[in-house]
Amino acid sequence: MKNTITFFAGLIFGLGLIVSGMTDPANIIGFLDITGLWNPSLAFVMLGGIAIAFFAFRHVERKKLTAFNEPVHLPGTSQLNKELILGSLLFGSGWALAGFCPGPALVVLGTGSKQAGIFVLAMLVGMYGHDIFYKRLFNKTH
Amino acid sequence: MHLTIDWLNFAPGSALIGGLMLGVGTSLLLIFNGKIAGISGIAAYLVNPNNIYGKEAAWRGFFLLGLIGAGLVYSLFAALPPVSISANNNTLIMAGLLVGFGSRMGSGCTSGHGICGLSRLSLRSLVATLSFMLAGFAVTYAMLHGS
Repeated sequence: MKNTITFFAGLIFGLGLIVSGMTDPANIIGFLDITGLWNPSLAFVMLGGIAIAFFAFRHVERKKLTAFNEPVHLPGTSQLNKELILGSLLFGSGWALAGFCPGPALVVLGTGSKQAGIFVLAMLVGMYGHDIFYKRLFNKTH
Repeated sequence: MHLTIDWLNFAPGSALIGGLMLGVGTSLLLIFNGKIAGISGIAAYLVNPNNIYGKEAAWRGFFLLGLIGAGLVYSLFAALPPVSISANNNTLIMAGLLVGFGSRMGSGCTSGHGICGLSRLSLRSLVATLSFMLAGFAVTYAMLHGS
């Protein structure tokens, strides 16, 4: 039951990415091109997502339990650090280079796109590189 | 700074509806499974071969299955919208490496920080979101308008 709901959560999330226009890199680059011909649509995507999720977070933070009475796993409130900022700057640079972030890239991969496949493969290598090599090398535990 | 709106491609209605759907997916995962819909974290967990068995892997697998299957389900009802990728293969590889490494180092991406984090009013996620937007604006400027 829980796994079925989780599957549908992923499916609705993926459909939302398609409907919102996030799966078209041209829309992402159009949003990031603020000095050119700017397409503000993506701001409405975020607005819509937050408008719903805000209440869901308020609900679970008050209740501390899921609908199945299990504990909720929320990230701890750790402080700001340089990894957060540097990592996000690197992420944003890659996001702008191809117009893909992880969710939309996986959705487009699911439609059989070879280019999305190349991006996702490189993305997984980058993730593995961070989690396995970088974190061990520098003994980061964040 | 002078802003010029791309009215031809401006689609606030579908963007808002799609965004609401992202909110619904995020909320379902949170309320029924108690988990954050952070796509980079979910994907990265399954990349580690030590992690691919057990309950912690299962929910991530089911979520990703739904996500990756969305195109197929969408195409049963309507034609998929265009996907125009202007990056060549080398750029796609560079971009993928940066997105993968950066999202892990920064503990999240557009979904985990941009939707979940901002929804729970996390200062960390606000700083992360502003950082990746700033980098995105700068790199786009360099690519499209840098000489």
